[in-house]
Amino acid sequence: MSIRDSAASMAAALAKKEITSVELTNQHFDQINAVDKDVHAFLYLDKEGALAQAKEVDKKRAAGEKLSPLAGVPLALKDVMVQKDVPTTCGSKILEGWKPPYDSTVVSKLKAAGIVILGKTNMDEFAMGSSTENSAFGPTHNPWDLSRIPGGSGGGSSAALAAFQAPLAIGTDTGGSIRQPAAVTGTVGVKPTYGAVSRYGLVAFSSSLDQAGPCARTVLDAALLHQVIAGFDPKDSTSINQVTPDVVAAAKKLDVKGVKIGVVKQLAGDGYQKGVENKFNEAIAELVKLGAEIIEVSCPNFEYALAAYYLIAPSECSSNLARFDSIRFGLRVGDDGARGAEEVMNLTRQAGFGREVKRRIILGTYALSSGYYDAYYGSAQKVRTLIKQDFDKAFAKCDVLVSPTTPTTAFKIGEKSNDPLAMYLNDIATIPVNMAGIGGMSLPCGLADEDNLPVGFQIMSPAMKDDRMYLVGGALEAALLDKWKKPILDFAPKLVGSK
Amino acid sequence: MSAISRDEVANLARLARISMSDDELDHLAGELDVILGAVKRVQEVASADVKPTSHPLDVNNVTREDVVTPSLSPEQSLSGAPATAEQRFKVPQILGEE
Repeated sequence: MSIRDSAASMAAALAKKEITSVELTNQHFDQINAVDKDVHAFLYLDKEGALAQAKEVDKKRAAGEKLSPLAGVPLALKDVMVQKDVPTTCGSKILEGWKPPYDSTVVSKLKAAGIVILGKTNMDEFAMGSSTENSAFGPTHNPWDLSRIPGGSGGGSSAALAAFQAPLAIGTDTGGSIRQPAAVTGTVGVKPTYGAVSRYGLVAFSSSLDQAGPCARTVLDAALLHQVIAGFDPKDSTSINQVTPDVVAAAKKLDVKGVKIGVVKQLAGDGYQKGVENKFNEAIAELVKLGAEIIEVSCPNFEYALAAYYLIAPSECSSNLARFDSIRFGLRVGDDGARGAEEVMNLTRQAGFGREVKRRIILGTYALSSGYYDAYYGSAQKVRTLIKQDFDKAFAKCDVLVSPTTPTTAFKIGEKSNDPLAMYLNDIATIPVNMAGIGGMSLPCGLADEDNLPVGFQIMSPAMKDDRMYLVGGALEAALLDKWKKPILDFAPKLVGSK
Repeated sequence: MSAISRDEVANLARLARISMSDDELDHLAGELDVILGAVKRVQEVASADVKPTSHPLDVNNVTREDVVTPSLSPEQSLSGAPATAEQRFKVPQILGEE
């Protein structure tokens, strides 16, 4: 038993009583202590809470109680998800020190499944970014190369997986914040169908796009976690009241004979790094060998997805972030008894929000202003319709669609932080999925020849057909493992002090 | 001609309740001008016959049974507030002196 094992192997070792959850949890805290000064994946560690949960699971197991499959396995939680009495900052100064008085539905489900929550992971402030450089508490570093970004917004979660600080993590994906970090760290990340996982207790950024999902090192581990967190929740009015497809069975099937896989013409070419395209094409060749049928599809309106996203997401964020008003929770600045409520609010939001958050609030306020509404927000909503229609047409011919997850491998910290538009381009291949509310997965498909950094392979499936991405992802992962002879993270340089 | 002026940004900041220094306003006006130049592309395909989509799911007026369940206590609800008094959120003055 090693911390480099999959969550499924850890669960098996726990079930066979080869190790206790307390031992496993402590091994992960040891690893965090050894490497997190360099990686900075975590904003907060809840050692006491984690060990209490681990002890509880061990006790139940010793008593012969029936436990859920992942009981006793540790997990890292993105700091945008509220957990009762555990500080939740969303990477923002405005929430520094805030302790939520309740659990999100995702956290309630994790706890009920006996999963051990190690702590909260770093992220771009309020999930706005693609690098974690927008965290108010400093960036996270990519374990493959500490001078590079681990993706964002969920860079803390992906880095924790790649640095073996946790075998499982929770992310949230509004425009790619699960899939892009997975791609650049050589890990697996899944954005389920919108409405498949409850948003109750997920701090809102863009409510019509936000979706929590599983992050892991293998497709099967992601499926096991998906099964735990998905399901209908009456506390979320956009929760889908349908049975979650059997993603675990799909991940284990390893058979894609006759599966129709559409390659999206528009998600390639200009702007895509050569090594990314090469590894993507090699993965397609593997799928052909496995008996899948490859079809080229055209989604002409995807070209407008990025522009529409950067109107819709800021518009919704300008409304959602109005709740940070210095009255009910979080920071209050300048309340000297003489200043009025509005001035205190203005000063608090100036001091509490970072540059990217302010930029998006102002952009959204503009796009929603009378006189500009139709030209900007209204037009973006129409593009959303066109993107959905492109997907509908493509899925009429194909079971899943595929593309590279990101146009490039991990870039250097600081390289794009002063150029918002260059930063936004990272999400060009992931955004269409969010606009249509369908499912998307990223799994590693190799190392780019130019820089030896991981490349992500994206699989997109129709709404509530999330099992299809696990079917294709599981089969591709097995074929690639066969080719590489070892997991992709074994090619990464070993971190100083790592176990 | 720029899409957005510094004065417009100042007005938006006022509407969004964010104080901004002169430097911040200058910087943001320039950045927003570039961003708006890029995102206005949506207008190229947004013809009158295309219906807008506000949400990926076709749902409206979602209701549930009105069942009493445990909820937060006043202490829990106020636990994160910067200032409280007599089981209430304490707010800076909202009316002027005059």
